[in-house]
Amino acid sequence: MARARSHRPILTARDGGLVGCTRCTRVWPLGTSVCRRCGTPLESRRWSSLQRVWAWWIVGFVCYIPANLYPMLRTRVLFRVTEDTIIGGAIELASHGAYGIAVVILVASVLIPIGKFAAIAFLALSLHRPGLLDNHGRHKLYEVVEFIGRWSMIDVFVVAILSALVQLNVVAAINPGPAALTFALSVVFTMLSAQSFDPRLIWDAEDRARA
Amino acid sequence: MATAADLDALIACPQCDALHTAVEPAMGERATCNRCGTVLIAPRRGAFLRVIALAVAIVILMLGATFFPFLRVNVAGMKHASSVFDAALAFMDGGIMIGLSVAVAALIVLIPVLRAALVIYVLAPLTLGRPPLPGAVPAFRLSEDLRPWSMAEIFVIGVAVALVKVSDMARVDYGPAFWMFAALVVVSVLKDTMMCKWTIWRALDPTVRS
Repeated sequence: MARARSHRPILTARDGGLVGCTRCTRVWPLGTSVCRRCGTPLESRRWSSLQRVWAWWIVGFVCYIPANLYPMLRTRVLFRVTEDTIIGGAIELASHGAYGIAVVILVASVLIPIGKFAAIAFLALSLHRPGLLDNHGRHKLYEVVEFIGRWSMIDVFVVAILSALVQLNVVAAINPGPAALTFALSVVFTMLSAQSFDPRLIWDAEDRARA
Repeated sequence: MATAADLDALIACPQCDALHTAVEPAMGERATCNRCGTVLIAPRRGAFLRVIALAVAIVILMLGATFFPFLRVNVAGMKHASSVFDAALAFMDGGIMIGLSVAVAALIVLIPVLRAALVIYVLAPLTLGRPPLPGAVPAFRLSEDLRPWSMAEIFVIGVAVALVKVSDMARVDYGPAFWMFAALVVVSVLKDTMMCKWTIWRALDPTVRS
């Protein structure tokens, strides 16, 4: 695998009096405000991004609470109506012997969201107190959070498919519950929170230590 | 004072800000950041043309996948067929849930199609050796911004989960759209791995005219 040749020891764009564009990787003299290649606003380090990270994080967390308390699905078979919350639905699946699917739902709707809240909070807090995890570890964690966040949408899509498919007049019907909305919002807000994070901040601690 | 042309030879890693001299790797190879391993340049031979072909395929498959029946459910002789479009409109009946319907339609149908269309608009003139069309830069920016919001592949996993959930209640058959949608997911993953952002941005750069 070829690697781009670098100046050793590692020099950052900021050390070189430059600012790099996070979108197209073009560099400009420090103080340039907009990338002339792709039009993205340039900022050497987005410290203000932390405020946005926390703002989206809090909204996402607030939405996640009702998502677990209210029903995700309303299933009506003849005249019997059952309501399933996220966790209740997974337990129901497991009791029917569909353990694999129950695990997928639990991972996508419980483990990933909670893990994401913890990971983003850890990354944001660790900028002021590095030490628990080295830069490579934290960068890996950031990449995982960025990659995996979207997959929580599975449960919302499941509800959409079931509600569209199972509409059999009097025999049976499945309809979405209020948790579908708050859960979808929670996923969207945590995705925005992760996107607001500036990963370049992770690496600055190492640079400070070297200086 | 470094000129704009000198700076064009440098790359700053978007993830860790490490500065590199841009050395274009051989076709099919990748240049990665020395510090954090982020892929910086990954050129492919004839990539632009292939990406356009795949994007056209996405648009056509999505049209079919959206409106043909996707799944059919059968309970005691009562049948109901549903298209992807129906799935998107599943939240339509109750007040505030309409927003969710619009969002689902956007995530699984509109955004993937829009991204494909934008990529065609940006790359078509470049493959013909012409200057980029007006608005190509914001168009490609939008396409990249929408990348995480294009969730067709997640929808497919959702379908698998949904099938297991109804299997004890009813018999489910696949419609033609199901296979179109599955193909669509493969094609869009191919398209995204084929695209080298750095090469495209460089080709769009008004300050570089090599």
